[in-house]
Amino acid sequence: MKIGFKDVEYVAGLARLRLSDEEKEEFTTQLDDILTYMDKLNEVDTTGVEPTSHVISIKNVLRNDEVRESLPSEPSLKNAPEKERAFYKVPKIIA
Amino acid sequence: MEWSRLTAHEAHEYLMKKSFSSLELTQSFYDCIKAVDSKVAAYLTPMEEEAYQQAQQADEKIAKGEGVTELTGIPLALKDILCTKSIRTTCASKILSNFYPPYDATVVKKLRENGAVFLGKANMDEFAMGSSTENSGFGITRNPWDLNRIPGGSSGGSAAAVAADECIASLGSDTGGSIRQPAACCGVVGFKPTYGRVSRFGLVAFASSLDQIGPITKDVTDCTILMNSISGHDTNDSTSVNVAVPDYRKALVNDVKGMKLGIPNEYFVEGMDPDVERAVWEAIKLLEKWGASIKEVSLPHTEYAVATYYIICTAEASSNLARYDGVKYGHRAKGYDGLIDMYGKTRSEGFGPEVKRRIMLGTYVLSAGYYDAYYRKAQQVRTLIREDFDRAFEEYDALLTATSPTPAFMIGEKVKDPLQMYLSDILTIPVNLAGLPGISIPCGFSRGGLPIGLQIIGKHFDEEKILRVAYTFEQRTDCHLKRPRLD
Repeated sequence: MKIGFKDVEYVAGLARLRLSDEEKEEFTTQLDDILTYMDKLNEVDTTGVEPTSHVISIKNVLRNDEVRESLPSEPSLKNAPEKERAFYKVPKIIA
Repeated sequence: MEWSRLTAHEAHEYLMKKSFSSLELTQSFYDCIKAVDSKVAAYLTPMEEEAYQQAQQADEKIAKGEGVTELTGIPLALKDILCTKSIRTTCASKILSNFYPPYDATVVKKLRENGAVFLGKANMDEFAMGSSTENSGFGITRNPWDLNRIPGGSSGGSAAAVAADECIASLGSDTGGSIRQPAACCGVVGFKPTYGRVSRFGLVAFASSLDQIGPITKDVTDCTILMNSISGHDTNDSTSVNVAVPDYRKALVNDVKGMKLGIPNEYFVEGMDPDVERAVWEAIKLLEKWGASIKEVSLPHTEYAVATYYIICTAEASSNLARYDGVKYGHRAKGYDGLIDMYGKTRSEGFGPEVKRRIMLGTYVLSAGYYDAYYRKAQQVRTLIREDFDRAFEEYDALLTATSPTPAFMIGEKVKDPLQMYLSDILTIPVNLAGLPGISIPCGFSRGGLPIGLQIIGKHFDEEKILRVAYTFEQRTDCHLKRPRLD
């Protein structure tokens, strides 16, 4: 077993997903299958191989730090589930 | 003449000759959509009002003869992963069911500037995660060649709309084959450009190091017309590459004499459908007959591509999809107890099973203690996969393979077994891992009458060579002319 029920619960917490017990059961089996398949990669000797960070060799992209037009607050807030004046509204964070 | 069957270059000529107007052409597509989309279900959101306005503007430009391009007045479909200003953009996810982007994706803006008409937003697998369009949060799309089969995915709506003559051409996105595989399943042309050739600004992110936008069309010529319009550097996407964009039309050379084409052994995988294998070899033999030199080549790390891909893409997805938290846009759960509870409920209600599965997998492979074993290892194997291609392209102009190991499978056939579903991308995934351009063109049919795709893979930014091979094959064969019957 690569992954158990408890691990699935822990990872769901990290991912901020609330799963039903049924989903947890199903994911435990499926993720275990997939992770077992991924063990294939251990057959490959990667000693000294540089990991790919970008497929095309481009240098850092820089630009001048100049003020540019940005999205006004009205259209930016238009999709917000809850808002107040020019702010996104979220549940109270500090008790 | 059935207008909806026309390619963009044919329709452009008729528009120029004033045989019909863009308004009439657009109307004929909505007639077609009304007639067949209840069966195919390619579209999620029609854009009728906006489309007629765009068509009218196109007609005015054509009448004045000012600022007319090859796309002026041409009706297209857009995968619903591309942001369209003030038009609902869902990514086929319930979590974005009420999202109206405040801006256009760069590709949408470019097509708009070229006078194109947008008929609507096309269905897809939720957040582009899938190979069958069965993972859409808003219902499945059916293959126009056989309504009991999947259209491929994730750009299944975009490919089915082209095949069913519900648009002239469309845009899709390709992270592990999501343009090429549905194009193969639906018997149309699908092109994934080199990573960095087309701006990803306004493409809802799935796996940023792999995602690329590209056209799905009825022929190779249309593919070059769309590529001419959408390619190029964009300061809003720092991974778009600042290199000169060729005139892709010039790649339409009907000749492969002297071209060196490699056939990767490893791509004729176990379990490959015999009809697919036969059709692909017949295509290879034809290209050889027409003067290309054909040789087998080995890409030894191919068998590790699927495992590598599903580590990298899920890791990137788990990070990209962290933004869906019910705060700035999209769905927010009702009845929660504090912020953390709101996140959990919102995400669990908003995401479908495959998206949850991939977020879980990606979170796991990035979590403390596993990063080196999975993510770092996968990025190292990715380097080896890339180097296999580099070596092959020292000798060859392009590589030829099947696009998908089987023709379109049955709806429901693989939904219960995610690993089997993942393995259906085995021939397209390596191309994304290496950032290469690849095209799928129709090359034949199975005994059951389903389309089969030939994949042509090229070097970084050497798209013209694969377009040339594709064009030559298309001009000298007729399987791209066959259309599904939907009555």
